[in-house]
Amino acid sequence: MSQTQIFHDHEADRGHRVKWYAKRVVIYTILLTWAFICLFPIYWTITTSFKLAPDVMQGNMIPFVDYTPEWRGWRSLGLSPDTIGEYSTVRAEFMKRFLNSIIVALSASTLAVVLGSLAAYGLSRFEYRLGFMRNDDISFFFLSQLILPPVVLALPFLVLYREIDLLDSRIGLILLYTLTVLPIVIWIMRDQFSSIPVELEEAALVDGLSIWGAFLTIIMPIALPGMVAAFILSLVLTWNEYFFAALLTSTDATTLPVMVASQTGSQGINWWSMAALSTAAILPLVVIGIVLERYIIKGMAAGAVK
Amino acid sequence: MSQDRLYVVTNDQITPGRARAGQVMVWGSFAILVLVAAWQVLGGYEVVTDFANWRPTLYAYLFFVTCYCISLVVRYGEQGKRRLFVVPATIFVLSMVFFPLIFGLTIAFSDWNLSAVNGQQFNGFDNIRQMWHDDFYWNALTNMVWYTLAILVEYAIALGLALLLNSQIRARKFFRVAFLLPLMLSPVAVSWMVGKSMLEARFGPVARLARSLGIDNPSFFGDAETARAMIMIMDAWTFIPFMMIMLLAGLQAIPKDIQEAARVDGANPWQNFWEVTFPLMLPVSITAIMIRIIFKLKLADIIINVTSGGPGGATDSVTSFIFREYRDRSNVGYGTMLAMVYLVFIIIGFTLFMKLAARWMRPKY
Repeated sequence: MSQTQIFHDHEADRGHRVKWYAKRVVIYTILLTWAFICLFPIYWTITTSFKLAPDVMQGNMIPFVDYTPEWRGWRSLGLSPDTIGEYSTVRAEFMKRFLNSIIVALSASTLAVVLGSLAAYGLSRFEYRLGFMRNDDISFFFLSQLILPPVVLALPFLVLYREIDLLDSRIGLILLYTLTVLPIVIWIMRDQFSSIPVELEEAALVDGLSIWGAFLTIIMPIALPGMVAAFILSLVLTWNEYFFAALLTSTDATTLPVMVASQTGSQGINWWSMAALSTAAILPLVVIGIVLERYIIKGMAAGAVK
Repeated sequence: MSQDRLYVVTNDQITPGRARAGQVMVWGSFAILVLVAAWQVLGGYEVVTDFANWRPTLYAYLFFVTCYCISLVVRYGEQGKRRLFVVPATIFVLSMVFFPLIFGLTIAFSDWNLSAVNGQQFNGFDNIRQMWHDDFYWNALTNMVWYTLAILVEYAIALGLALLLNSQIRARKFFRVAFLLPLMLSPVAVSWMVGKSMLEARFGPVARLARSLGIDNPSFFGDAETARAMIMIMDAWTFIPFMMIMLLAGLQAIPKDIQEAARVDGANPWQNFWEVTFPLMLPVSITAIMIRIIFKLKLADIIINVTSGGPGGATDSVTSFIFREYRDRSNVGYGTMLAMVYLVFIIIGFTLFMKLAARWMRPKY
């Protein structure tokens, strides 16, 4: 059955299509370029950890094509398959730092989320008068801590911690890190709680729960995604913190960033072992970033949009 | 009296005895704190036997704080339980910020070399005088202005990326994750990954690229301007995702019908952006820029690890300068004074910024 085409695309419509395709191409080129800019340093670091000295100098880029990957960098950390069973001082050192980082980041984030959520909940539900401070003043008081640069607190804390013997201790770091992320947690959580209707607690209170009971059993589960978001954001910030850790720790409580930094200072860097160390330091957060991206974005979006 | 959002009628019977018990708890634990502190102060003058450190006072303080929190419930019943939501965080921040700040003020006006024997020596305004003639400090402050101005470029890039991510594209999740990743990396790792290896003058891939583009001797940290630009780029690389995501959230919150209405009324995409989207994005933009400035003012890790301020202090930020000031001379007094002055500048700057922002954000129509 032959049928003549009745409707023809108008010249203008076809031009529109071409324009549309051109626009697509431009958009995807920009997106891909930026994705390349974002991912290349990570790719570079991970591949460098499998290179040997000549590979680095010749600038080989693609594993298995340009060069054969070796476990050289990981062996120097004691983390390659053939050395993982044996005892290695470098690995012991690395694991100690790694553990310190995990403990400090997790505890500080937990503490900040607990303190911050409680405060944010209180501020979103009740009118307070602490001395001269009303609710708005209290909120401002918490948030104003954000503009305090760490360097202002660093040296006083150095002296203070020396006096109370908290220098080079995890507890000292945890307390300081909690302080630095607390305003952010309060900011995110205040937003979360004020979007939860008060009627929920009113119903719970009528049914005989206490205020804390209502908070723990009714409100917390609803606000949990927000808390997770705040927690992960705190985790990222505390895991990566370097300034306080470099200043306040020396041997026992040193965290991973300090270890990475202490290796870069030396002359004639071992590229492969540095790359392996950097990879190991960033990998946990890269994984978290890929898996929990939703929560991180939610956390950062919470404060932005009112 | 303003009303609680969650209003509950409570029927508390606080007996006088209970109220008194609460009073006793607070003042009793406070007395213990004062006693312990006094003992330690006297111990410092060798009047009584001294402790090794100030831990006992710390414990007494913690005990006092705990007693205070408990006594809130004992004294005020339901009202006290409500206060218990806010009080712990408030006490935490107060003790972690205000005591050190006041303590820091006393340090700032003294000459205190931590490794010296004679300890803290008050020297009045000597530190300020020294600061006044310290060219490196003023240089670091000017650098901070440059670093902060770089935020405008970062903002433009972040807004562009957010607009692209918000348009109709495929594989949006992949791009979002890829764009987010730099934010997850620690600045120290970045300073090695990018600053020390990729920008390495001989073998680094960027140097290779530059050489193939015809630049003979690429050196990224040789002269002041390039080095500063490199620091800015590395810092931007880590933090553009942050602004981008905040702006993306703002874009997604704009109701679609407003833009459609503008399109129906004959606005071309350019007008649509400048007359509709951009003004609606102003509040989010200002929040994002403000938070970005806050993070920028802390900038130190990359500088400490890549250039340690060089060449000749050209890349120094205030934080990295004070860090080295302490590392090299372990003089806490001078460093603290510099930090305090920095804080004063920041507070003045922020107050001005907030005033200006409030004026901008006022609706035009």
